[in-house]
Amino acid sequence: MPEIIRRTALFDLQKSQGARCIKFGDWEMPVQFTSILDEHQAVRTSCGVFDISHMGEIFVSGPQAMRWLQHMLANDLAKCAVGDAQYTFLLNERGGVIDDLIVYRLAEDNFLLLVNAAKIEEDAAWLDGHREEGVTIDDRSETMGAIAVQGPEAPRIFRELFGGEIPSRNKALALHRCSAMVIAATTGYTGEAGFELFFPTSLAADLWQSAINAGAKPCGLGARDTLRLEMCYPLNGSDLSPDRTPLEAGLGIFVALDKPDFIGRDALLAQRERGVPAKLAALRMTEKSPPPRAHYPVLADGKRVGETTSGALAPSLGEGVALAYLPPDLAKPGQSLTIDIRGRNFAAVVEKKPLYRPSLWLPA
Amino acid sequence: MNVPDNLKYTETHEWIRLEGDAGIVGITDHAQNELTDIVYVDPPKVGAKVTAGQPAAVVESVKAASDIYSPVDGEVIEVNAALAADPALVNTSPFADGWLFKVRLTDPSQVGALKSPEDYRTQIG
Repeated sequence: MPEIIRRTALFDLQKSQGARCIKFGDWEMPVQFTSILDEHQAVRTSCGVFDISHMGEIFVSGPQAMRWLQHMLANDLAKCAVGDAQYTFLLNERGGVIDDLIVYRLAEDNFLLLVNAAKIEEDAAWLDGHREEGVTIDDRSETMGAIAVQGPEAPRIFRELFGGEIPSRNKALALHRCSAMVIAATTGYTGEAGFELFFPTSLAADLWQSAINAGAKPCGLGARDTLRLEMCYPLNGSDLSPDRTPLEAGLGIFVALDKPDFIGRDALLAQRERGVPAKLAALRMTEKSPPPRAHYPVLADGKRVGETTSGALAPSLGEGVALAYLPPDLAKPGQSLTIDIRGRNFAAVVEKKPLYRPSLWLPA
Repeated sequence: MNVPDNLKYTETHEWIRLEGDAGIVGITDHAQNELTDIVYVDPPKVGAKVTAGQPAAVVESVKAASDIYSPVDGEVIEVNAALAADPALVNTSPFADGWLFKVRLTDPSQVGALKSPEDYRTQIG
């Protein structure tokens, strides 16, 4: 079976700019350009630019689009006006997460779903399998690229690229560049001010280079992971899975249980009634240790109570951090635990999320 | 890539500098450049016995943990205490301030079998 290697339109340009690449699912993507720590620091103090062209763009439109998406997605689209962006989930019948995504409402009847790269085919098949009259699904992932510009300097870069002021958080609008349409959205995966751009692949090099020329530092997936982990943003495939509900992940505020009907609703109502079997907790190392990583055992009083789903040295904190599903009574801030790092136990504590608070951070 | 001429090298990118019957061990410029962002060093214990070609220490970057192999048989007599507070010294000064541990060689002639600077330069290309 020949190995699939997918690359974004920016691959050659990024290699010429010093990108070191790794396999990320089917994709060969930059993990870093100079250093993960430097790139992380750049996003927290000035600005970084990430290639997110591997992610999927699925457009849903038509007279029944709004009603249908209310059934397919877990959050409440009635709160998502034209020009808004909303974090939401595609859930299975058990309330487990197929994918977490952002939905951008571009018009009354036109929505863009930004989905994880590893789930594009599965999400598209799921949506297609449930399609109804009056709903048009258009997966444009193959013909679109995307970049994320993130950091305190991002608003200035937005102004330089597009001439106007950056919108407030969680908004989306259509802009023009080189007589093509670019969708700009004030969303991101770092916790910093910033924006994401979605465009035809022919614009990729121009937008990537323009961001760099305006002062954004090229950043790879390594920094993307340390940035999101400090914010305790989950990663589907690691912290989220089809066997865990958003309630277990602590993301219940993004699920509208009072909506009359959506896939997974009954299972979630039943779980809320019974109580969740586990909760995704944020852990911070309290003694000097090797970096915690995924799949390390977590212990309470010497007994194994869970396993890390994500972990890393958090550059902005100078300490190791991790996420783990724990029994609810142990998932409380202040709870002391240990993490087994390659055969030795090191002390950690459960803390409130997020572990890091950017200086310009405002609640979502 | 920096490959000092007064050192001997291993295929696994360690270097050793002899001082009498003791050897100072570290990782090469090539190795630190591949790892980048070293955030933690797990040294051997003083007094531990090390074996040529066997893991003696672990160096961790943001992305991965890497075993460091002892170039020679011997006993660890000192470890670089500065790396606890500043593991990035291995990146910034791999042949000097970023040294990892010092070993008393059981058999100093083992060093003769290690790679010369020319052979190591050929290996890393």
